[in-house]
Order: sequence, then structure tokens, then C-alpha cells
Amino acid sequence: MIRLEDIEKRFPGQARPAVDGIELEVPAGETCVLIGPSGCGKTTTLRMVNRLIEPSAGRILVEGEDIAGADPVRLRRRIGYVIQGVGLFPHLTVGDNVATVPRLLAWPASRVAARVDEMLSLVGLEPGEFRDRRPGSLSGGQRQRVGVARALAADPPVMLMDEPFGAVDPVVRARLQRDVAEILRRLGKTVLMVTHDIDEAVRMGDRVAIMRDGRIVQCDRPERLLAAPAEPFVADFVGADRGLKRLALIPVGEAASPRSAPAGSPTVDGGASLQAALAAMLAAGAEAAAVAGPDGSAIGSVTLAAIRERARTPPAAQSPAKTGCSLATKAR
Amino acid sequence: MPDVIGWIWSHTALVGRTAQEHAILSAVALLLVLATSLPLGFGLARTGRPATLVVAAANTLRTVPSLALLVIMLPILGTGFLPSVVALTLYGLPAVLLNTIVGLREVDADVVEAARGQGLSEAQILRDVTIPLALPVILAGIRTAAVQIVSAATLAVFIGGGGLGELISSGLALMDMAQLTAGALLVALFAIATELTLGTLQRSFARRFGAPA
Ligand SMILES: Nc1ncnc2c1ncn2[C@@H]1O[C@H](COP(=O)(O)OP(=O)(O)OP(=O)(O)O)[C@@H](O)[C@H]1O
Ligand SMILES: [Mg+2]
Repeated sequence: MIRLEDIEKRFPGQARPAVDGIELEVPAGETCVLIGPSGCGKTTTLRMVNRLIEPSAGRILVEGEDIAGADPVRLRRRIGYVIQGVGLFPHLTVGDNVATVPRLLAWPASRVAARVDEMLSLVGLEPGEFRDRRPGSLSGGQRQRVGVARALAADPPVMLMDEPFGAVDPVVRARLQRDVAEILRRLGKTVLMVTHDIDEAVRMGDRVAIMRDGRIVQCDRPERLLAAPAEPFVADFVGADRGLKRLALIPVGEAASPRSAPAGSPTVDGGASLQAALAAMLAAGAEAAAVAGPDGSAIGSVTLAAIRERARTPPAAQSPAKTGCSLATKAR
Repeated sequence: MPDVIGWIWSHTALVGRTAQEHAILSAVALLLVLATSLPLGFGLARTGRPATLVVAAANTLRTVPSLALLVIMLPILGTGFLPSVVALTLYGLPAVLLNTIVGLREVDADVVEAARGQGLSEAQILRDVTIPLALPVILAGIRTAAVQIVSAATLAVFIGGGGLGELISSGLALMDMAQLTAGALLVALFAIATELTLGTLQRSFARRFGAPA
């Protein structure tokens, strides 16, 4: 769990605070994404959690402990940290990079070695092939994977990620987002992440907090953020195609019926999103699509009308306790 | 062609003494350069204005010819070993100081940030990240300074500092071409040997730490 209580940061010589009263709670095992225009205070907020920056006011709890009393160096060994430039040590091998924190924690060598291989496999890099290479000989996407492996190596319960996929091209990025999100979910990590990319935010976040001028203007589940932006700034920020983006978050099952589709309809996988179903229908010029089960046989269908109907239904509002960051939008 | 080999062969005592003087003069000056500019460089690298001022001063010092530095010592420290060493130290200092400051400053800020974020202490960051990454540049500075000092030490003879320059200056005075050429040849060999030794050292460090040389 990460909890920020009324956090404020004023840099000396700066007219207004970089972070201006943020309340945020990331429940254990969830991913919260901070997003907003450049300079709105995302990185500053993130870096206060591992005490690379000290808040001017407020309190931060990590795993229930007030970090103001913790030794910053020890605290950081319990918190995974991934940054945009990745910051791999160019003079060390990939394996030694991943071994950084386990070695700082004085794990026995055999355990470190086993852990390095385990982490490399986890992020999809064959240990035998990559362990002894230098970061300079890797592609951007591979470097990002090593950065994630390094951050996960000592099994920290909490991860901070600042634009972790900022430096890779869109195709590689989509793949990385999916893989990393899956890993973080499977390991049950509590994640606070910063991005510039609204698609990345809705794809990876259990919750997305939109920031502006050092404050959180809305913090919600991605679907709610897209369906019900709290103010014009948010609507603007999530984009005019937010209706379409939202369809990407809804599984096809939520609008499907057991009826079979008319002949000539395209077929979509049962695990696909409504957006994918819509795209398939538009491409085929059809009014409906067949939905296939895991074995590939048709188990029902979804229609344009059903998608439109589903898109009109706002997602259920959550109780404040469940949103975890409702305090963030309190009147100031 | 004067009989250089023959001359050296028949003057081994003189050659040995001047070569030893040359080596000691150069080595002491280089050690003094390291003892002053390395700590100064490390101390200044992370400062803003002071570092800029020192870099500017070092760049200015760098433009002063070695002979001028030596001659300027005459009215201050007189003649002999001490003024020669001081002048050579001042001559070699800018290269090491500048490369130390630049090398440390050019270490990728992302890498240091990542190191701090992973939980390395400041001392560990310096030892395990900053120094290894800055080392190739610092070593290049040391190599430059060493070669400069070995070459300039030839001029120490003008202020009574001895060294291989003695062969050249007395060769000139006596119009003894064999002695003159022997002096020039030995100085050149000395400088080349210094360059090759330190160059090899620098490359082996670069390889060990894997940073691009
Ligand atoms: N060390 C610092 N000293 C002074 N001002 C700073 C410092 N770090 C950040 N700021 C200022 O604080 C504000 C917030 O910066 P921050 O880096 O948190 O923005 P960001 O939301 O991460 O932006 P970006 O999306 O461009 O990375 C900016 O106005 C920035 O100039
Ligand atoms: Mg930032």
C-alpha cells in the first residue's frame, strides 16, 4: 500500500508549489497511474515516495509505515524503481545490473545467481543469451525489460515507474505494456506509475489520476474516467475518442447474446474487447459479429446496436472508500 | 649522421644521471599533479559556479607555454629542482583537473539517478558507478599530463633543474652533434614510452569496465 496524505512540495525559488496538496492511496496489489501535462508534478510526486525528493508538507506511508522515519537508502531497497532512461549501469553486464539490489541486501551468491536468471526469464529474456551481455548491445525494448527485471529482483512489494516505456517505439511499447502489466498483476505488486500516454494509462492502471498544476483533478477507474470526465480539462485530456477508448476496456461478453450471428459476419475471440469487435464489424461492413469460444466455435454474437447500448451505460459509480483516491478531489 | 650510439656508449654515467634526474623530476611533478588535481576535481565536479571558474582558470593556465612557466619560477623560487618541479606541476595540472571535472560531470545523470533509486549509498554510487564510468576520461587526462611533463622537463635545464635537457643544451653550446642528437633521441623515447605505457593502462581499464573508451 502507498498512501500520500496532503503532500506538498515547494522547490526553493519557485513561485508556486510543484505539488500542491495531493491525497492518494494505492491499495495493495493495485496499479495507479499518474498522468497530466508536462510539468504538472508527476515525477516530483513519484520521487517523494522513495525519498529522492523530500516533501515540504504532508505524510507518506508505504506498507503502513511513515517513510519520514525510514532510512532513505534502506527504504529504496524495498521499493522497485524504473525510470524512462532506464539508467542501466553501462559498465556492468545485464546479470550484474539485475543483481544490484540482492547484492546490496547481501544475499548469498548462489541465491543471487538463481534470482537473476529467474528475473530475466520473467521479463522474457533468455538468461543464457542475455546474462553476460552489456546493456549497450541491447535494443531499447530489451533494455526496458532489464530495467524492470532489476527493479523486481529483490521482490519489493512496491514499485515506482516513471514513464517506463517512454523511450521505445509504439509497437514494442504495446507489447511491453501488456507483458509488464501481466507480471505486476501476477506478482501482486503495488504500483505507482507515471506516463504521458493516456492509452498506456487506461491499459495499465487499475486507477488513473489526472494531474494539473500539482493537483489531482480526477482519480478513477479507467472506464469511469473515459465515461464520465469530471471536468472539461479531463475530457480534453482523455481525448475526443474517449468513447472508443472506453470500448477497448469492455470485454465483448458484456454486450454479447447467445443468438448466432447472421451469415457473413466476422468472428471475434471471446476474450476480445468491444473495440476489437466494432473494428471487425466496420472492416467487414457487417451489423454483427460472431463470438468464438476458447475452442474457436461460435458461442454467440454481438451487434452494433448492443455495442451502442453498452457504450451509453455509464459504469457504476464507486463508493469513496473503494476508489481509494476520492479524497484527492475534495474541495480545496 | 653523428655517431649517437657511440656517444651514449662512451658517456653512460652522464646519460644515466641525466635520465634519472629527468625521471625523478617528471615522476614527482606527475604525483603532485595527481595529489592536487584529483581531489580538487572530485570536490568541484558537483559544484556549479566554482567549477566553472576553475575550469576557466585551468584553460588559461593551459595556454601558458612550458618555457614561460619555468622561467617565471626564477624570480620566485630561484633555480634548481624545486622551481622545476613546481613549474612542471603547474604545466601538467590543467589536463588532469579538466578531465576529472568533465569525466565526472559527463557520467549519465540517469544512471546515477537509477543507482540512487535502487538504494546505493552516496559512497557506493561514487565507488561503483561514478568513478568507473569517469575513469577512462580521467586516465586520458593523466596520460596527456604525463607526456606533457616528460617533454617539458627537457627545459628544466634552463633553471638548473637538470634532466636530459642538459645533453641538448651542452650539445648546442659545444656544437657536439652526437651529444645533441643523443639528448633529443632519449627525450623522444622517454615521451613515447610514457605515452604507450599509460595508453595501454587506459585501454585495459576501459575494457575492464566495459565503458566505451
Ligand atoms: N529540482 C527542482 N528544482 C526546482 N524546480 C523543480 C525541480 N524539479 C522539478 N521542478 C519543477 O517542478 C514542476 C514539476 O516537475 P515534474 O518533474 O514533477 O513534472 P512532470 O509532471 O514529471 O513533467 P514531465 O511530464 O515533463 O516529466 C516543474 O515546474 C519543474 O520545473
Ligand atoms: Mg516527469
